[in-house]
Formats: sequence, structure tokens, C-alpha cells
Amino acid sequence: MNYLWPIIIIISFAFAIISGNIQNLNNSIFSSVSDVVKLSLTLVGNMCLWCGLMKIIQETKIMNYLMKILRPILNWLYPDAKDNKNAMEAISINTVSNFLGIGNAATPAGLKAMEELQKDNKNKEELSNAMIMLIVLNTTSIQLIPTTVIAIRSALGSPNPSNIIVPIWISTVAGTVTGVIITKILLRKKKFNNS
Amino acid sequence: MIYFSAVVIPLIISIIVFCGLSENKKVYDLFCDGAKEGIKMTIKMFPTLIGIFLAIGMLRSSGLLDFLSNILGNFLKYLNVPSEIIPLAFIKPISGSASMALATDLITKYGTETRIGMIAATIMAASETTFYVIAVYMNQIKAKKSRNVIIPAIIADIVSILTAILIIR
Repeated sequence: MNYLWPIIIIISFAFAIISGNIQNLNNSIFSSVSDVVKLSLTLVGNMCLWCGLMKIIQETKIMNYLMKILRPILNWLYPDAKDNKNAMEAISINTVSNFLGIGNAATPAGLKAMEELQKDNKNKEELSNAMIMLIVLNTTSIQLIPTTVIAIRSALGSPNPSNIIVPIWISTVAGTVTGVIITKILLRKKKFNNS
Repeated sequence: MIYFSAVVIPLIISIIVFCGLSENKKVYDLFCDGAKEGIKMTIKMFPTLIGIFLAIGMLRSSGLLDFLSNILGNFLKYLNVPSEIIPLAFIKPISGSASMALATDLITKYGTETRIGMIAATIMAASETTFYVIAVYMNQIKAKKSRNVIIPAIIADIVSILTAILIIR
């Protein structure tokens, strides 16, 4: 990020001068900052809501139940985190929320999982294997019911908004399976540990 | 289906609260306790978000992103990829709100049941805002080395987008 971030900014500035978009660029700087404030306001509410509910889940037997179902899959995906109970809890919630399409709940749980995984991480500067798998799965995210898209389609007058579900399933499964396989292969290679 | 999606979240909340009650837990206290953590997490995320949004906003408004997707679009035309989709495929991994605006625009313009409309909707749902997810997750633990986590993430995105283009005819 320490390389990518300045590169993006400098290249954008240079390109805006060449293409005459400097006015747009200037506006975007201020609008992106206020976008973050707006986003954070909704985010803070959602974060509190789902962190609060997660706390209840953790203190009750729901968690044991969820984990029992997911255990075999998660053990295979995260072999290094098997014994970290708190991390596996958060990962379970993250997985279930992603699957149900509750992104608002998935993010707080995923971030909690990162913190728990960090406690076991030997090199704190570097992502551990389990963290990489967690991030990849969160970028691909299998969804059972793509609520947002169905809502958009129905708002735009589709006669059958949920028609889109099967293509979405096929394409999201294809992406997720590819992501998991490539991650597994890359993690096995020692070379992957540099950079 | 719409009804079903409206029911999911209230149902989940009720089940959680009910389970807590049936085990004689002080659910409200637990809830408030957990909610406190939510504030801490958001504050932690705030600086990263500013950084990311700034860079991406600049990238988009400078016209560079459109420029790149136009170049790529000319190549992909030969592969039966509708060029209207290319900017969306590009922006989707980078910015959630921008891609949402783009997809809505495409679907409005071409119709909900057309090939382009269907592909746009599928791309929206089938992948996440990859760069944002990676940045937020890495920032949470202040990790400096990403060990190329971006490679599997991006390949997965490309595969799911290509699948969408292939299966929707």
C-alpha cells in the first residue's frame, strides 16, 4: 500500500492534467472525504448493531451449533487456525453472514477474526496463511440470496427480479472455487512468502 | 423472494435474542457490551477509508480508469464481450458505490432482461469490492506485507466475471 497509494495519486494527477480533467479531480478530493464521513456514519451504526448481536451469539449455544456444522469445511480452509477458538467463532459468523448476504454483519466478524488470528501470527508484519484465505473468501463471497441486486432489478421494473439468482450462483461459485484453489496452491509454495 | 429477503434480518435478530433469553442470559447488557466494540472498530477503520477513497476518487475523476477500460474494451470486443460491460468489470473490484451507480445506469439503459442488463446484475452480486476488502482487513491488524493476497483475489474476480459473460447469452 505504501507504494501503490502514492503511485495512484501521482498518476491520476498527471493524467488529469493531460486530459483536462483537473477540475473533476479537484472536486473528487473533497467529495471523497465527505463520502467517507457519510459511509462511516452508516457503518458505525451497523458495526455496533452486529457486534452487539455477535456478543449474544458468542455467549449462547448458537455458536456451538453453527460451528459444528461448519467445522469440517472451515478446518479444511483454515488448517492453521483450527485451535484458535475465538478466531474460528468469528470466522464462522463471517462465513454464515456472507452466505446469507448480510455484508453488514460479515465485515465486523471478519475484522474480529483478523485480530484473533493476529494473536497467533508469528510475524506480525505479515499476513498469516489463515488470514490470506479469510481475505480471499471475503473478496469472492458466496451469496445465497443477492438481496441488493434483486432489489435494484425490481425497482427498475423487472417482471421477474429473482431470475438473476441462478447465473449469480454459477458465477460466484466459479469465482470462489477458483480463489480457494489458487490460494491453496500459492500457500504451499515457499516463494509466495516474499513481497 | 422480495418478501423472503425482507424477513431474513429481522428473523435472525429475533432468533438470536430468543436463544439468549432461553438460556437466561442478560441479552440487553450483552448487546450493549458488544456494540461498544463496534465503535472502536469503526474509528480504527476511518483513516484507511479516507486514504482509499481519496486515491480511488482521484483515479476515477482523472479519467484514467475510463481510458484504460476503453483500451481493454477494444481488445475484448473480439471475444464477444459487450464493451458496455468493461468499465463495470473494472470498477467493481475498486469501488462499491461507483460500480453500483454504473450497474444501475447500465440496467436502466438496456433493460432488466437484456444480456447487458443481466450481466451487469450478475457482476454486481457475484464479487465483492476486492481492493476495499483487502485494505480494510489488512489495516485492522496493521500488517505491512500482503504476501500477494491480491493475486488469488483478482483471479477469482476475473473468473466470476468471465463466467457471467459466458453463461448469459
